[in-house]
Amino acid sequence: KSITTIIAVEFNGGVVLGSDSRVSAGETVVNRVMNKLSLLHDKIYCALSGSAADAQTIAEMVNYQLDVHSIEIGEDPQVRSAATLVKNISYKYKEELSAHLIVAGWDRRGGGQVFVTLNGLLSRQPFAVGGSGSSYVYGFVDAEYQKGMSKEDCQQFVVNTISLAMSRDGSSGGVAYLVTIDEKGAEEKCILGNELPTFYDQ
Amino acid sequence: MERHYMDSKIKGVSTGTTILAVTFNGGVIIGSDSRASMGGNYVCSKTINKLIQVHDRIFCCIAGSLADAQAVTKTAKFQISLHSIQMESPPLVKAAASVMKELCYNNKEELQAGFITAGWDKKKGPQVYTVALGGMLLSLPFTIGGSGSTYIYGYTDAKYKPDMSREECLQFATNALALAMGRDNVSGGVAHLVVITEGGVEHVVIPGDKLPKFHDE
Repeated sequence: KSITTIIAVEFNGGVVLGSDSRVSAGETVVNRVMNKLSLLHDKIYCALSGSAADAQTIAEMVNYQLDVHSIEIGEDPQVRSAATLVKNISYKYKEELSAHLIVAGWDRRGGGQVFVTLNGLLSRQPFAVGGSGSSYVYGFVDAEYQKGMSKEDCQQFVVNTISLAMSRDGSSGGVAYLVTIDEKGAEEKCILGNELPTFYDQ
Repeated sequence: MERHYMDSKIKGVSTGTTILAVTFNGGVIIGSDSRASMGGNYVCSKTINKLIQVHDRIFCCIAGSLADAQAVTKTAKFQISLHSIQMESPPLVKAAASVMKELCYNNKEELQAGFITAGWDKKKGPQVYTVALGGMLLSLPFTIGGSGSTYIYGYTDAKYKPDMSREECLQFATNALALAMGRDNVSGGVAHLVVITEGGVEHVVIPGDKLPKFHDE
């Protein structure tokens, strides 16, 4: 099974993560309302893409490891720690796994951060897109991203991107899930198909 | 009425490119990158012109195997000129596109190229037609093609508006090409754009360093 179109964007004071909700096995849609934004800790989420089973397993393992780690250090973990844990698993089992997780969250030291962990690489970026639907929106995100966007602008940017990707990619669709993480916590939102923005339709 | 000649000394097979055609109020812009690559890691030419003039106000651009593209366009150019002489009037864009479609459809096993035909004629004004790999002919307000086009589907869907002005359209096409060239490693070089209107044909070349830059450049 493969899952697609995920995006995470940093803004001043937090991050916004977004995803579609379709899980397809070949031509069949196996689940049309899956939430691909998975909790790793209170203020750290990850977005799943690639093989559904692999991605979910990695997320569960890291959730457990992060809980242990945060008890050991006695405070909330850093986003970089969560991303490193994901990266360690992705790199060690590179040949067997085929999932890409984007880790994003807020911590006291670094504010909002987005990390990519593709194939075992660890890199911090202002925004990241992933999954099969992401190819179609590289041009759009390159053109539209600006540094220093506000929280609402970021949310709109994420919703627009997912909406465009869903309309072109056969393996993306359903509803759009959004998670906004800032100092106060994480807020989850679900935007139904008919409330998504529409663009010029030929 | 100028005639643009294409240099036909092109070596190697090219399967990487970004091509597009967009209608605006009063005309149509057809554009492409300029890279010809062989095998995905050798650039045989940095400055080929993939926009071919098949008649005074009708241009074509090619995505796919360059050799196939040249063979088809040579035949098409001849057939369209003959048709235009027989009709005693400039050919319709649809006629030119149909000629391309016939050639693609009848040779679909051997050919590996997709075509965009764009132009202006007196009957319907500016038009864009696309002939897909199997020989299907579609008329659209704008279209993109080639390997680099996957990266700009989102951008063109979001940013295209019907009835743009010439400047807006030029900006739209340039941005789209620049974005695709920035992400696709087999598209690059300069951006070739041809603006076709009732009044004539204008060829705009934008070198790499004058292309619009985006946030991470």
